[in-house]
Amino acid sequence: MVCALGIEGSANKIGIGIVNDGKVLANVRRTYITPPGEGFLPKETAKHHREVILALVQASLKEAQLQPADLDVICYTKGPGMAPPLLVGAIVARTLSLLWQKPLLGVNHCIGHIEMGRLITGAQNPIVLYVSGGNTQVIAYSNKRYRIFGETIDIAVGNCLDRFARIIKLSNDPSPGYNIEQLAKEGKQYIKLPYVVKGMDVSFSGILSHIEELAEPEKRRNKRKKPQDEPEPEYSQADLCYSLQETIFAMLVEITERAMAHCESNEVLIVGGVGCNERLQQMMGIMCEERNGKLFAIDERYCIDNGLMIAHAGAEMFKTGTKMPFEDSFVTQRYRTDEVLVNWRED
Amino acid sequence: MALEIIKQGAEGRLYLGEYKGESCLIKERFVKKYRHPELDTQITRQRMKAEVKAAGRCLAAGILAPKILHSDLNTHKLYMEYFGSAQTAKHFIQQTVAKSGEEQAKQPLEELCRRIGGIIGQMHANNVIHGDLTTSNILINPTPNSSDGYDIIFIDFGLSHYNQATEDKGVDLYVLERALLSTHSEQPYLFEHILAAYRKTCGKDEAAVLAKFEEVRARGRKRTMIG
Repeated sequence: MVCALGIEGSANKIGIGIVNDGKVLANVRRTYITPPGEGFLPKETAKHHREVILALVQASLKEAQLQPADLDVICYTKGPGMAPPLLVGAIVARTLSLLWQKPLLGVNHCIGHIEMGRLITGAQNPIVLYVSGGNTQVIAYSNKRYRIFGETIDIAVGNCLDRFARIIKLSNDPSPGYNIEQLAKEGKQYIKLPYVVKGMDVSFSGILSHIEELAEPEKRRNKRKKPQDEPEPEYSQADLCYSLQETIFAMLVEITERAMAHCESNEVLIVGGVGCNERLQQMMGIMCEERNGKLFAIDERYCIDNGLMIAHAGAEMFKTGTKMPFEDSFVTQRYRTDEVLVNWRED
Repeated sequence: MALEIIKQGAEGRLYLGEYKGESCLIKERFVKKYRHPELDTQITRQRMKAEVKAAGRCLAAGILAPKILHSDLNTHKLYMEYFGSAQTAKHFIQQTVAKSGEEQAKQPLEELCRRIGGIIGQMHANNVIHGDLTTSNILINPTPNSSDGYDIIFIDFGLSHYNQATEDKGVDLYVLERALLSTHSEQPYLFEHILAAYRKTCGKDEAAVLAKFEEVRARGRKRTMIG
């Protein structure tokens, strides 16, 4: 039995989770929400996290009905992510570790997502599509590592969605992606966009530039140097959201299917913030059905960054005897999924 | 006509069939219901055309690829040459390692990589970008009477295009490097031999392509930053 508390703060979410032997005891989270048209900046995000993190720690213990003495290990996100918000989590974790005299473990954020997904869905050895604001990866487990088979060669899919939401000034509350998803439901007309798949890799930056021009006819007019009196076609925001989703999700489903064929696997697990998009889940589900495969998806409580996933992945590591010297409790912005030795999986 | 399904790939089914009395491989791309119909039609047509064109270009340049006998855009079927005794390079590498052990496998695999690299170089010299270079898309066809022992045949040109841009060539190499790292992680030496041989045959843009390749790689590294 391992009872672990996890702190996650690699981006604009700060979350604390407590897990006891795979059982969810607490999962609390706050999100730093910026005004429409603005993204979150590292310094302001860290400030937000500092203001709420201690209250969250208390709330999580209350929700779990535990005392600090009941915990076995304190886990925090070591990376990848933005350094200032990551540091907030790390500093609080170190402090709690010393204060409560509990061991400390740094966890890879991406591994947290994968292990959380496996825990909640019970998927054994799926192809993992990890899609969030900072990451787009198709991952398969082999020989004690989560190996990256396909990924974006430029910006992440969530970043593409977030930035498009900023261009058309959609609200960031609760998240830009959610608001795009809702608006897309009203879209009727499919607008042709670039479709960029390179092997098992994808690229989104060209699509973003293209749709940015479609969304802002003024810019288009200046760029093309057409006569000013010739009207440019105008597209509704709903149609743009709809077409953007249809295009980039089709790309994601396609590379996932390629990885399934390449690795001869028939299970798919979607994790990461974009993973709670229901249209993406639906498209992936249809693909799986066509191949007699099985889709595992999770809702926003576990998909979006949360402390629970860090607690759970940390608990798995702790069980296998992984220890981290206190001097190593730093954070790192660069920490690839395949750098972690997965010694808790037996297969 | 009874058709034998050989494989269900990511994009289509492969059958054994006949075309004008000749036995051949039929690759049928099926409609992907998860995609918007307009997008699906566009992608399917584009890829079938790309496959026919690139295979033709390769053959014309002396690079082995399946001969396309017929393409039927309405039923989404391509009829092409079938290599019955071939296996994929992925299986060939895995088998060689399993059979002769990690150390003994090195020499024959390095030789394989040199040949693969040379062919990719030739392909790029002819401005054919494969678009999906993995060891699943390279066939090893035994030729018992030749001194090399096998032919190397490139397949699956659906994502290919014709372009002389160094960017596209760089990305093509990057896709291959990543595929090798994930599929053959225990044999990290493969790519360097491919690249060394590639440089000798890829033509006058060698330096520019290599510089572009490094740049594409750097984009990848930068991306490791954010979680």
